[in-house]
Amino acid sequence: MTLLECKELTKTYGSFSALSNINLQIESGHIIGLLGPNGSGKTTLIKLITGLLAPTSGTIYIQEEPVGIASKNLISYLPDHTYLSEHMRVQDMIRFFEDFYENFDSERAYDMLEKLKIDPRHRFKTFSKDTKEKVQLILVMSRRAGLYILDEPIAGVDPAARDYILQTILSNCNEDATILISTHLISDIENILDEVIFIQNGRLHTHASVDDLRQKDRKSIDTLFREVFKC
Amino acid sequence: MPWKLDSDRPIFLQIIERIQMDIIAGYYQPGDKLPSVRELAQEASVNPNTMQKALSELERTGLVYAQRTSGRFITEDINMIEQLKSQLAKEIVTQFLENMYQLGFQKDEILELLSKTIEVKGENDDTIGM
Repeated sequence: MTLLECKELTKTYGSFSALSNINLQIESGHIIGLLGPNGSGKTTLIKLITGLLAPTSGTIYIQEEPVGIASKNLISYLPDHTYLSEHMRVQDMIRFFEDFYENFDSERAYDMLEKLKIDPRHRFKTFSKDTKEKVQLILVMSRRAGLYILDEPIAGVDPAARDYILQTILSNCNEDATILISTHLISDIENILDEVIFIQNGRLHTHASVDDLRQKDRKSIDTLFREVFKC
Repeated sequence: MPWKLDSDRPIFLQIIERIQMDIIAGYYQPGDKLPSVRELAQEASVNPNTMQKALSELERTGLVYAQRTSGRFITEDINMIEQLKSQLAKEIVTQFLENMYQLGFQKDEILELLSKTIEVKGENDDTIGM
């Protein structure tokens, strides 16, 4: 079954068109890179899928239903900025998420915290920037969701922790879940992707399998990206 | 430790090559059980779908066979592994010769250089061995 379908999706702000005429189909069980330069419309697309913005025209279907309560239960979303309360302890956040989301698995969260050596008794404000990012990612990945949408998940994290986080992503998602990752750090994640979506000036440029692109162009996705979006 | 993969060639092809090498080198013995797709994907730091694709391809060639409930196993057909070994050896030699011709070497020069290098390397290995 198609997990996500966008039909002629358009979002304009006044005369500026952030996304125009996006037609896109995403299936279950994939890890997909959403790639494009700053301002190309990645976050707008994500916010439309998560229901934080309403489209100007066109439609989005998630498991053949419009965006709504069911889709919010299905989608676990990591925004590109912090939204957690600074004074809360991680263990309180876990309790909060458990209360809020039916599919939140606190055992999974504690397990990942332990592996990344983060003490759940500490308050959020005492953490460094990259530990904060890790905590947010852990909370998002601890939901048993069908679609994980991660907006710039590894931007503030050092390369060693990045590898660990990618491992965490690989080992913690269900086989039939899809992960949509928006990022600039293509070379760091391209081995775990099986599909990529290139967005350029609000339009869909490419949606293809990573191995097909590599076979066709004999280039890495990173190199291809640099060519397509050359300034 | 993630596997070392080139970024400009399809990942599933590189996974196939890597597992073929592991079989030839004896890391996996004939009849051994392969780890699950998920375990291998995690070890290699690649997408499970890509790993699945590579394993299906290995299955198609017969080097690996699946048993419905218990997983994937390395073939017990030793001839097939030997064949693969000589095929890979041929490829390496052909590649080597191409490179040497490109450098402008003639057949007898190549042979001479090759036997000299083998001798020198053999002596070195002996001293290391002692």
